Amino acid sequence: MSTALDDSQVGPQLREQFGELKPALAPQAATIEADRCLNCFDAPCTAACPTHIDVPGFIKRIASGNLRGSAMRILDANILGASCARVCPVEVLCEGDCVMHRQNRKPIQIGLLQRHAMDAFYASGELPPAKARDARKLRVACIGGGPASLGCAAQLVREGASATVIDRRELPGGLNTYGVAEYKLRAAESVREVEMIRRIGVEFRTGVDVNTAAALEALEGEFDFIFLGVGLGAMQRLGVPGEDAKGVMNALELIAAYKTGHLRELRGTVVVVGAGNTAIDAANAARRLGAETVYMLYRRSESDISAFDFEYEHAKQEGVQFLWRRLPLAIRTAAQGRLELDTVQVNQVNGELLPLPGSQYAIECDLVVPAIGQSPLAELLHTLRGIEIRNGRIVADEATGKTANPRYFAGGDCVNGGREVVDAVAGGKRAANAILKTAEAVYA
Amino acid sequence: MPDIRVRGFAGKIDCPNPFWLASAPPTNTGEMIMRAFDAGWGGAVWKTIGEPVTNVSSRYSATDWNGQRIMGFNNIELISDRPVEVNLSEMAEVKKRYPQNAVIASLMVASNRETWHEIVMRAEDAGADGLELNFGCPHGMSERGMGSAVGQVPEYAEMITAWVKEKARTPVLVKLTPNISDIRAVARAAKRGGADGLSAINTINSITGIDLDTFVPRPNVDGKSSHGGYCGPAVRPIALNMVQQIMADPESALPLSGIGGIGTWRDAAEFFLLGCGTVQVCTAAMHYGYRIVEDMTDGLENWMRQKGFATIEDFRGRSLPRVTDWKYLNLNYKIVARIDEQKCIGCDLCHIACWDGAHQCIHLDRVSGPVDGHVELHPIPAAREAASRASLAETPVTRKERAAAAATGPYPTPLARIPRVDETECVGCNLCSLVCPVDECITMVQVETGLAPETWDERTRGAACVTQPNRA
Repeated sequence: MSTALDDSQVGPQLREQFGELKPALAPQAATIEADRCLNCFDAPCTAACPTHIDVPGFIKRIASGNLRGSAMRILDANILGASCARVCPVEVLCEGDCVMHRQNRKPIQIGLLQRHAMDAFYASGELPPAKARDARKLRVACIGGGPASLGCAAQLVREGASATVIDRRELPGGLNTYGVAEYKLRAAESVREVEMIRRIGVEFRTGVDVNTAAALEALEGEFDFIFLGVGLGAMQRLGVPGEDAKGVMNALELIAAYKTGHLRELRGTVVVVGAGNTAIDAANAARRLGAETVYMLYRRSESDISAFDFEYEHAKQEGVQFLWRRLPLAIRTAAQGRLELDTVQVNQVNGELLPLPGSQYAIECDLVVPAIGQSPLAELLHTLRGIEIRNGRIVADEATGKTANPRYFAGGDCVNGGREVVDAVAGGKRAANAILKTAEAVYA
Repeated sequence: MPDIRVRGFAGKIDCPNPFWLASAPPTNTGEMIMRAFDAGWGGAVWKTIGEPVTNVSSRYSATDWNGQRIMGFNNIELISDRPVEVNLSEMAEVKKRYPQNAVIASLMVASNRETWHEIVMRAEDAGADGLELNFGCPHGMSERGMGSAVGQVPEYAEMITAWVKEKARTPVLVKLTPNISDIRAVARAAKRGGADGLSAINTINSITGIDLDTFVPRPNVDGKSSHGGYCGPAVRPIALNMVQQIMADPESALPLSGIGGIGTWRDAAEFFLLGCGTVQVCTAAMHYGYRIVEDMTDGLENWMRQKGFATIEDFRGRSLPRVTDWKYLNLNYKIVARIDEQKCIGCDLCHIACWDGAHQCIHLDRVSGPVDGHVELHPIPAAREAASRASLAETPVTRKERAAAAATGPYPTPLARIPRVDETECVGCNLCSLVCPVDECITMVQVETGLAPETWDERTRGAACVTQPNRA
């Protein structure tokens, strides 16, 4: 792995266009904020965190000046503590459950404090402790290079097993590297985190697509257990004529393209179809890349959007405009490489969306960005023997990641249908612990 | 409008309010004291006058706490480093321009009668309204046989006070050091020597902290440090106790100028309630400047108005009868903690404090079912935390999930997180109400024991009566 994605590759203007949404706390501000924490017993913030980070524990270590201890406390629970500090929707997790709310006081800025500890940790060049390599004769393959696999693999090597992460992309990290808005998490920071995981002993095979029965068989021969952290795969298609035209690019493609320096500028009008958190990331990115007008087109109304409230507010501040209850019908190529997106107003009647007669019009635009959710990697899942798939998700026990096949465990988006990075890390870690326990029972 | 003027303190000292600046850096020069009077201070005790000293650099250090600066303050500065005649000519100027304000000359000279006589006369000639004998400075000067070296030996303190009284025409206050096992020993000596009043307390011997990189305690003077005198908010409780000891002892009690961690009118009111007639302030003025006196006077007046007090004499010493020896406390008085479910924010600090620091009677069993009784009947706190860490949690991503996560039930805090007091086990220690971050959430309420008041003194005297016949 390398120092990929430095300024020379992504372009220096990226740093300016995507300045951090939440800048780091100055050291003294961190201490003052840490002192504000009440140090609750059995803290609600800890309970709310899917990885159950000991929040008061790491915060009080910041207050006492024990930054190393603080970072280790975080990493013990969540190996992706650095990226989670930046990307977690803390408003609905730890900070949302802070007891300060009940006194009408500002919640403790847990995300920023966690980042403070993690920044110090990465600056120190230290590594979290891990047991001696191969302390256990246990080999696990983690398919998919995103947070779930990283969480699983790191937990395994810290407990002395060996783990190999296999990903089809050039860089591991999954959506942390390719899919998070740059103003929240820089790709280089995700890569740095992955590098730390490699240094504690996780092996990586990148550019390897496990998409044939033969490839799976080979893995089964080499490894004792296989963890599936394959995520949701490609985004869903709109299913309208003209979708493959030049000028149509889905939200994850758009985010990956600008984060890796392949897309540096946009002009004119951009229409994002959808109103989830990823749709908002794409719409905000389009604004920051230079698009004068950015619409978000959503088939239902404002009160139905799946984006978090603070994400929606953020998009409004970025100047994104919203078109409610409007459905895309077709995409047509117009003069000078522009596009026309045919749309119609719809009314929701008994859960059905009925087009309003005479409300059809075309939006002239330069880019259409479908952002209506990801669909699981159906092809791969089909090849997995004995693993139940329901509603496009791998069926696995939430507490252990166990699937119907005793050698396969799973976690992250491919199981939960698409949640947050921290949910994926938690799923991976729980699966790792279940694998360790299963292996102990087998070899005991 | 309440009247906070001071009339005839220690016999003859008048001033517009009871707030004085203590003898310290804020009263170093005439220029400073005049600015302080302009800001509203009622009096000032001049930075101790004596043979000029040479000071070191640095001189101060502090202890911060929980993100706040200067919980306690420490200094190794000595008395005035300016010639006696300069201090006294400035004092004359201040008195001429500010005849209404009290100017007290703090004095410290070598321990012989003539030297003391001379400095007393010079200070009074300069116009001092009173004299404060510095028998308290705990560092540097004490190594030269002055300051606390005098204040720690009652015979010396009495002797020098008597020398001063031979010449003094203005009230003589003796400033007491707390660095002694019983402050009353020196207070009594001062009284025997004829002192008109006392000032207490001076600073407390301290090492405020050590630099964990250089291993040198603070303040650092070229790689070494020396113990200093501690003051500021941290010492107020110690000062209040000593003030009470002095004022409750007929052989010690004199008009008293209270000192020690006073920064607000509230602090000052406590000193008045224990019998002080004036108070002296240093650290707070060094921290924030002279302007703090505005709220001190204003706040005291407003509080007096609310309580219906016309003058400080109306409440001075009112808390003294409320302090007694432990053996006279009622053993049959019982209070228990009550938690207001509407106010509880669910931090559960009372629960862990009660378990680890008190009597294991606050439980988190409102949902599982209340159980009263001894510790064995309840799950330990560590088990609760372990269960919580083993639980499954995920990000609420849909509106429905978020609404479900935010729902709490009948109170603002989920019932499972609102602690419950087992009143059968509660000993009424106050700890939970002290750690609770919400005002008036945990109150201590009296419960009827059905028993007549009884003190330890009464109980043991009764026991002695019972046992005596057996012995006989």
